[in-house]
Amino acid sequence: MASKLQKRKSSSGQKTSKRGKNRPTLTVGEEEEPTNMESLGHPEIYPVVLTTKTQEIFNCRIDEDITDEQPYKLIKKEDILADFQNRAAVSDFYPVKKVIQEYPGDEILLVYDKDFKYGLNFYLVGTEEGKENYLNAPEIPEEQEEYKEHIPEEICIYKAPISKPWVSLGSEKEIEEESVKESTKKITYMISRKRHQFGAPIKFSDQNASSVKDAYIECTAYPDKNFTLRQLEKDIGMQVVPEVKDISTQTRWTYPKNAITQYHPREFSEEEKETLGQAKSLTDFLNNVSISVEIALQQNEIMNTFIDDWKCLAEEEGTFGDKTDTHLKEYQSFTDLHNLTEKMITCVSWHPVIYGLIAVSVAVRLSFEDRVHFSGKLLLQPSLILFWSFSDPIHPQLMLESPDDIFCFKFCPSDPNIIAGGCINGQIVMWDITAHADRIENIKTGGSRSKKVTLKPMFLLEPDSNKEAMYIRHCAVSSIENGHKHVITDIHWLPDTFEINRMGTVFENRSGICCQLVTCSADCTICFWDIRPQKALTPQPTEKKKDESIEIPFDVPSTFLHLDLAWKPLSKIRLSKGETSLDHCPTKISLSEDHLQYKAQDKMLAQSKAAKVGDMNPYQNLEGGLANHLKPREDFCTKFFVGTEEGEVIYTDWKMERDSETGRLMTKKPVSLYTVHDGAVHTVQRSPFYKDIILTIGGWNVAIWKEGVMTGPLLQTSCAPKRYTSGHWSLTRPGVFYIGREDGYIDIWDLLEKTHEPALSQNICITMITCIKPWTFSAKQQFIAVADYYGTLHILEIPWTLSHPSANEVLSMNYYFEREVKHLEYVDQRKKIREQEKKEMQLEMEKKKAKTYQKSKEQLEAELKMDYESYLELERSILVNLGLIKVSEKVSYMEMM
Amino acid sequence: MPGPALSRVHGLFLSLVPSLEVEETLERLQSQKGVQGIMVANTEGIPIKSTMDDPTTARYAKLTCNLKARSTVHTSDPQNDFTFLRIRSKKNEIMVAPDKDYFLIVIQNPTESATLWAPSVIT
Repeated sequence: MASKLQKRKSSSGQKTSKRGKNRPTLTVGEEEEPTNMESLGHPEIYPVVLTTKTQEIFNCRIDEDITDEQPYKLIKKEDILADFQNRAAVSDFYPVKKVIQEYPGDEILLVYDKDFKYGLNFYLVGTEEGKENYLNAPEIPEEQEEYKEHIPEEICIYKAPISKPWVSLGSEKEIEEESVKESTKKITYMISRKRHQFGAPIKFSDQNASSVKDAYIECTAYPDKNFTLRQLEKDIGMQVVPEVKDISTQTRWTYPKNAITQYHPREFSEEEKETLGQAKSLTDFLNNVSISVEIALQQNEIMNTFIDDWKCLAEEEGTFGDKTDTHLKEYQSFTDLHNLTEKMITCVSWHPVIYGLIAVSVAVRLSFEDRVHFSGKLLLQPSLILFWSFSDPIHPQLMLESPDDIFCFKFCPSDPNIIAGGCINGQIVMWDITAHADRIENIKTGGSRSKKVTLKPMFLLEPDSNKEAMYIRHCAVSSIENGHKHVITDIHWLPDTFEINRMGTVFENRSGICCQLVTCSADCTICFWDIRPQKALTPQPTEKKKDESIEIPFDVPSTFLHLDLAWKPLSKIRLSKGETSLDHCPTKISLSEDHLQYKAQDKMLAQSKAAKVGDMNPYQNLEGGLANHLKPREDFCTKFFVGTEEGEVIYTDWKMERDSETGRLMTKKPVSLYTVHDGAVHTVQRSPFYKDIILTIGGWNVAIWKEGVMTGPLLQTSCAPKRYTSGHWSLTRPGVFYIGREDGYIDIWDLLEKTHEPALSQNICITMITCIKPWTFSAKQQFIAVADYYGTLHILEIPWTLSHPSANEVLSMNYYFEREVKHLEYVDQRKKIREQEKKEMQLEMEKKKAKTYQKSKEQLEAELKMDYESYLELERSILVNLGLIKVSEKVSYMEMM
Repeated sequence: MPGPALSRVHGLFLSLVPSLEVEETLERLQSQKGVQGIMVANTEGIPIKSTMDDPTTARYAKLTCNLKARSTVHTSDPQNDFTFLRIRSKKNEIMVAPDKDYFLIVIQNPTESATLWAPSVIT
């Protein structure tokens, strides 16, 4: 800024008088003051430019005379004046001529301005003082610099501001422009009330502005003509388009309504029908048409033209496995290794619902005397029913305890958690395993199979090794005095469709569950039992004592608590042969309905029934089942088959009748009795396909009966080489049944193949087979459980050929049975005919005899004599031939010749 | 008056005769093996006589009157005409015999009644 100002001044100075000097920096007039560095605070310094010529003249050449160490030169004033004279205006010192002329001293200091501090390369110091300062100065700055280095910036030398005159640079113009000034002078008014009204009370009132004139002034808008514009030109774009119409409506949507059409077909009224029916045209029509219709109908009767012969000829192609494979394949076998005593299996039963679960009752293999002998030891060992599962061949899943060896047991058809068993001592034992049902339902194979299934020796086996063996105590036992006195040989649940009362009359069973049992035992009685609590007719104080003394363990369910030890049979039937001989000893019975296979349908029904009751097991609430107002079923067949120990098959009735003389209830006499078997009958079973065909097996032969045919068995096989010890119908093939022998063989009979001998004979084990039970799990899997005398349960798989029936097997078997019935009838008839013939023959014989008797006495004597003589001769000839009599010489010799 | 009464009775007798014939024919047809039902309907599908219950009758009559059998046969060969129709279904066989004014519909269950059928092994 300073230099600018200087320049401006110099330029303004220039305007006044210009001299054509081409020095860019300085053009100084003669009368002009030489510039000095006054603005920079050094008024005594006058910068000059020295050309090389001048430098040579004055011996101040740069870098030769004037060095950094001595950057100044003292030049004599006279020399410079002389230079002026020599070179006049060309001299470099010309601008500072005045200074030099006025210079008081002789020598002027000329300093080389290497840094162009003052704008030019040299400067003159115009005053003596300055010269002195400069010459002495270099010492001070050095000192100052040194001083500064030691104490950096500690002391700030305060320079008082030097007031300078305001130099306007044009900013006040802008400020003036921006400032707001009042254009006009303000007018002030002062309004005041009259003095006497000061402080007076004020009265305010409302006033409508429009009512009073001049109360307000409005400035109404009006169209000012000065400002109306008339548009004389308009710029619009236009286009021709087709005419478009847009219309829309809104339909009213009412709520949806159901629309119904009701119609009925057109029909003739009755009279119309009649008139039409009698019209001649109808008769003609029918006459014409009926012929062809009859032909068509009869055609259908004769032959089914649409039948596919090829298809019907072939048997089902979908077979699994080899068709030639007819043997039973061993699948699994179970043996109880925990018990040390020798046991045999007495009864086997598959669990009706759960796959792969089979229950087995074991009994000690001792004869009666041995039992008595070892009775003390036997008491300590529990008698068990074992539950085996396919997944675990070593450990039984459940073990049901009973007071004594069980000889037969059955699952309840309506609730598979209830099991009834018959003991060797005549008691019935009931179990309720509902609490453990989930245990057997979810049998996992992980427990024992994952680890190595190694058979540990007996002494290493702990009682709770892999799985805890569950001992389940029985729920209830029947009363000892009132029940059977001997081993119970057979036990059945009565189906849930009916129930019977003390008289043996059949009633409808409303409760929907099986609640009655029938047992037969070796004490020659058949008893019916009811599991519902019976109302005691007379109070029995003795029972109360029993209840107090016996404590039932807490984990036993109380389903049958009411029965425990107080259970009496509903009715007892004695199979007596008469008053003289021993009674019949029943071994097996077969009622009209038997649950050989737990049908899935029944299960559904049972479940739905249970759900209806409100998820309550009907067996928990048995009292509700008693109702006296049940209606009796009249047409029910109350007869049943019984097999006895002597090999008889009895067909008898369970209905009791009142003896006319004594008034007591008596059992009826059996309807029919046949002795066909040579040994005890151990199987009396109805066929699962035909309700009236019964299979009985005992001793060494088999018999098949038809209910209603009283003349005898339909089929009676010849004696087998080995005794038959168990048997069962096949569940899927109507003509097949399995028989177990005492040497461990199974005979499979197929009545469609051979009826005189078994179709197949296969060895299963080494000892007597005690029980056979087949079971179907699916169409492809059918098993047969074979129990033997040594306590092993074998599970075998039935091959396809034995399990799958052929197309018409049921019909064929039916036909076969019908033929056999006819055969029996024929035999019967023939018997009669034969008898007649026999009678006739006898008559004839007698007639003959009568004729021969009428001969006379003399004739008789003569005949006798002749006979005697011929005899003598005969005797003689024999003796002569033998050589015992000497023949007289001539005569006898001649006679002999 | 005996005269008109006699003639009325006589008329009745006469009218009874054709209906007896009709009944006879129908009974004869009904007695065939396997016949489930017979009905007579007019061309519009209104049943006239039937041995089955009303709803079934009405249904069969209505459905058979709509059959296009006649047109099928007649249009392909004008000299041919539709005389008899047998529809064999899974459960039974429906036979339709047409006429100018009436239809005769017979329903039979054939397979049970067939005596000759596929050869089977009889032991």
